[in-house]
Amino acid sequence: ATTVTAGVYPTYQGERQASVLDGSVEANSDNFKENKTQMQALVADLKAKVAHIVKGGGDEARKRHTSKGKLLPRDRVAAVLDPGSPFLEFSQFAGYKLYDDEIPAGGIITGIGRIAGTECIIVANDATVKGGTYYPITVKKHLRAQEIAEQNRLPCVYLVDSGGANLPNQADVFPDRDHFGRIFYNQANMSGKGIPQIAVVMGSCTAGGAYVPAMADESIIVKGQGTIFLGGPPLVKAATGEVVSAEDLGGADLHCKVSGVTDHYALNDAHALNIARRVVSNLNWRRTLPVTLTAPEEPLFPAEDLYGIVGANLKKQFDVRKVIARLVDGSRFDEFKAQYGTTLVTGFARLHGFPVGIVANNGVLFSEAALKGAHFIQLCSQRGIPLIFLQNITGFMVGKAAEAGGIAKNGAKMVTAVACANVPKLTVVIGGSFGAGNYGMCGRAYSPRFMWMWPNARVSVMGGEQAAGVLSTITKEQRERKKLRPWTAEEEATFKQPTIDQYEKEGHPYFASSRLWDDGVIDPADTRAVLALGLSAALNQPTPDPRFGVFRM
Amino acid sequence: AARAGLGHDGKLFDKIVIANRGEIACRVIRTARRMGVKTVAVYSDADAKSMHVQMADEAVRIGPAVSRESYLRMDKIIEVAKRTGAQGIHPGYGFLSENAAFADLCAKEGVVFIGPPASAIRDMGSKSASKIIMSDAKVPVIGGYHGSDQSVARLKAEADKIGYPVLIKAIMGGGGKGMRIVEKPEDFEAMLESSKRESLKSFGDDNVLVEKYVLNPRHVEVQVFADKLGNGVYLFERDCSVQRRHQKIIEEAPAPGLSDEVRRNLGETAVRAAQAVNYVGAGTVEFIMDPKQQFYFMEMNTRLQVEHPVSEMITGQDLVEWQLRVACGQQLPLNQSQLRINGHAFEARVYAENPYKNFLPGTGPLLHLRPPAESSTVRVETGVRQGDQVSVHYDPMIAKLVVWDTDRSAALRKLAQNLQDYHIVGLNTNLKFLKDLALHPAFVAAEVETGFLAKHGESLLAPPKLPASHNVVQAALASILIEQQAQLIPAHPYSSLVAKRFNHSATRDFTLNYPLDDEQHETARFHVAVNADGTYDVTVDAFGKPKYSITNIKSSLKDGVLSSYIGDGFYQTKVVVQGNSLNFFGDDTSFRFDYVIPEYISAAHQGDTAFSVSAPMTGKVEKVLAKAGQTVAKGEALVILEAMKMEYVLRAPFAGVIEKVNYNPGDLVEQHALLVSFKDDHKK
Repeated sequence: ATTVTAGVYPTYQGERQASVLDGSVEANSDNFKENKTQMQALVADLKAKVAHIVKGGGDEARKRHTSKGKLLPRDRVAAVLDPGSPFLEFSQFAGYKLYDDEIPAGGIITGIGRIAGTECIIVANDATVKGGTYYPITVKKHLRAQEIAEQNRLPCVYLVDSGGANLPNQADVFPDRDHFGRIFYNQANMSGKGIPQIAVVMGSCTAGGAYVPAMADESIIVKGQGTIFLGGPPLVKAATGEVVSAEDLGGADLHCKVSGVTDHYALNDAHALNIARRVVSNLNWRRTLPVTLTAPEEPLFPAEDLYGIVGANLKKQFDVRKVIARLVDGSRFDEFKAQYGTTLVTGFARLHGFPVGIVANNGVLFSEAALKGAHFIQLCSQRGIPLIFLQNITGFMVGKAAEAGGIAKNGAKMVTAVACANVPKLTVVIGGSFGAGNYGMCGRAYSPRFMWMWPNARVSVMGGEQAAGVLSTITKEQRERKKLRPWTAEEEATFKQPTIDQYEKEGHPYFASSRLWDDGVIDPADTRAVLALGLSAALNQPTPDPRFGVFRM
Repeated sequence: AARAGLGHDGKLFDKIVIANRGEIACRVIRTARRMGVKTVAVYSDADAKSMHVQMADEAVRIGPAVSRESYLRMDKIIEVAKRTGAQGIHPGYGFLSENAAFADLCAKEGVVFIGPPASAIRDMGSKSASKIIMSDAKVPVIGGYHGSDQSVARLKAEADKIGYPVLIKAIMGGGGKGMRIVEKPEDFEAMLESSKRESLKSFGDDNVLVEKYVLNPRHVEVQVFADKLGNGVYLFERDCSVQRRHQKIIEEAPAPGLSDEVRRNLGETAVRAAQAVNYVGAGTVEFIMDPKQQFYFMEMNTRLQVEHPVSEMITGQDLVEWQLRVACGQQLPLNQSQLRINGHAFEARVYAENPYKNFLPGTGPLLHLRPPAESSTVRVETGVRQGDQVSVHYDPMIAKLVVWDTDRSAALRKLAQNLQDYHIVGLNTNLKFLKDLALHPAFVAAEVETGFLAKHGESLLAPPKLPASHNVVQAALASILIEQQAQLIPAHPYSSLVAKRFNHSATRDFTLNYPLDDEQHETARFHVAVNADGTYDVTVDAFGKPKYSITNIKSSLKDGVLSSYIGDGFYQTKVVVQGNSLNFFGDDTSFRFDYVIPEYISAAHQGDTAFSVSAPMTGKVEKVLAKAGQTVAKGEALVILEAMKMEYVLRAPFAGVIEKVNYNPGDLVEQHALLVSFKDDHKK
């Protein structure tokens, strides 16, 4: 890949120290220790759940799968990647407790990794999970991977091993715009934009599924395993009475030698993945980084401290600069407007050598903070600097003074800036993500290129307590109007609890990630790594010139 | 025209021709250069790029690869000497070194033959004649029949008279050619016939002698030197008892366990032997010594021996320098009273061969060659560099490793360590065997005899043991780290975040083969997890033994050195990747693992060769038995290949119909050359 390197310029003695953050923590304090214990428990739970998820459809299904000589989907992903390549996996919690059936990882593995030196999107069906059939969440995850590919201009490699649409769920899989058909629509349009589409047929590709290889730029099929047909043997028999084996109907020999549906004949999975690697090596794929690069440096402070700084209690305040000091190169951060609108921290840094503009919450958003945010986002857009949002926000300030100060229009300015900024935006929810704060800090609706959540995070229209408070206030007013006796404190608490419970459940990162409201739940200690991989991938897409909507003055 | 007085006036040569190749040519060049004598190398086509050619001041081509058309061509070598104005010819060892006709020719052409007079070569060249001369000179000889009546009946009768076991030897022989030990009378005729056949082939003469075979003998030889002024000295003895097929393996000086008296007696006898034939220059008188240290004359080698460096190391002399001085007519540099034994020296001959396959000689490229560091006490005498070929045409010796130390046990330890530090990849070598031998308790105890290998061979020649578990783990780590090396572009997160996974660990399952020999291997299966902190958990399922896991291994590969903390041990090993092999060179052990070539690659590469027979090594087609169109059964002999003086029968790998035979008898074929192809319908 072609890279532009930032000019190394001479600095005065000690000058580079000027931007170094004070990342020091009181590691012996009770608060730190308590936070650390809480976060460690959350991370342990996260890893335990993922350990189960990565096993896919369970031992028996895995055994059945491998007994056919097939590689497990995660082994396929590993084998198609370059040795030692990282894999930025998306949405491990997709489908988590979403259906009665357990659908680990949504039955599909998606992510970004390096193949033959090229960053690629990999979409791999997990045939050990319900035969690799598409549940609604499977479709959503597949489409999200394609969206990432399209937004970031990443070649796509599909490792196909799927029975197609999950028939009992057809109503939520087949007919709508963002359903099954959109997969092929995306393939055609991405191919049209010059984004390579490569399919490796390693199992069945029946009916609609047949279009994945058929619409790919280049396709590979595994002898004796891969089959492609619009109608499988049972359907053919029912329709025409013809009796034919799957292999004869749509196996590798047929499609490589007769029909020409596939281009490459592989003897087994390993062979097919090797061919896929060679196909990628022949893409002549280049990327010109739209940003300058500096030599990466590790932060000066250990990432593990993030546990003790943040903890699991959203009500506890912490200085977000202590977090930034553990994410950016050399813990160097050139803060912008440090004395103004202090509940929002903005500034420039480098992350793995990439330039980034960081927008991080340090309290509730006031008008000044919103104005500062809008200003800073415009700066980054003008300069082509990717934005990182560290969300920990209860919302914009409410109250008479705030409204009179124009918090609505000032907040709108920030939301406009976030919505229109077309540099890569990456969002990490490191605490709360509530209300319009979610909008101003580039929530899912604002199309960040990537969005991750820490396990302590919560996302909802407002906090559970607040929602319950609002509802109980309204009910109390109704009771007053109806001249009913006032609630006892106990009765009010009983009334509030279900709402609090509901918000707690629905605001939980697993719940959010299960529905693909984000791209994954991550260990806080991995934040720098996911951001680096995300940035590197995002920078495959050239940055267009900035264009903003009307800022209401 | 030759300078008047050349070879007698003591004036050193200005320029000499070295009528040899390999390490000995390089050895002579080094000394000549130090003395300010210019050197002219000669070379065959196979040696055009060889080390000796590049080392010499001048080099002249003398013919094709085959020795008899190059290094054995006296006329060409004389011509080279004349053309280049060289005054002397150093013959090295082998080739023309003990050829009396060549010595005569040199004299006739006015060039100094740096060696003994032709008459001395002749006298000592015939085993039977030499023994008579020796007896006359009061040199003890062993009972035997050296007569001209070569009838089977007479030879057998003489054998019966001498008493079994007897030894049959070619009269013209050397290097073990045509030599047979006969244990009992009923074997005599068969052994005789076989000896005569080999003698005829090797020397063009099938006359043999029969002599007493001494049980548990030692091979002790004395380095002698004589000048043209009639002075003779001995530079003490060497013990070369440890041999295989009558070829020396490890030589040492002095011979262990000799009393001063025996040593002096041995040396003086040897000088007497040399003087009996008016010897000049460097020579070696070989004796057979029985367990009571009684010794008998065997033969005299009228040249500088391969193992001369051990004598140099204990006497502090340069024998090539002595040769050059003596050949110019100078007096011997030292007299007997000035010569002393200092310390102990060993020489190990590093060969391209497979000790575990009956010392099957090997040929091929020296893909990776790192000899141990040389010093005043460690010499690596070699004529090859990394990238050179061990050719089918000449001796497969790669180097002589010579070490010296103050006493035998220190020298032996040094020898073993330097053998361990000798790193060769590309072909089979005897390095491990040599090291095992150097460390063998019987060898350490100096229990040397020519039957050493027959007695202790079982353990020494047993195929190498399976590697230790930490070595197996090292193999897994190396194979992963090597793959990852290519992508260390530090600025790129998809490179620097090695094998990063989120919320779980990257795992990898793979297999390596541990070769037992050229055909067979054991399998090691690995499951490796890359932990978040960059450590590795390795699970090994190898060699049919119980599985084991080692966790939290720290390992790195830098500049070809693998460093690993495995369990509570720290291990460092050099790793050399060559093709599909992973070669490990540690401080005390070397081992190799091979990558498993995916089935699809081997299948794809089979193509034309899937149904064919190719040459296992470079060699000459001796006989072609297969004909195109012929139907053959599985295992039927198709071609007989002669390589490294051995015959290889190449057989049909399956039943089928021959499509094509690509070579004729006498053709030279390269390794992997496709000899016979089958019609591809054989599989049906």
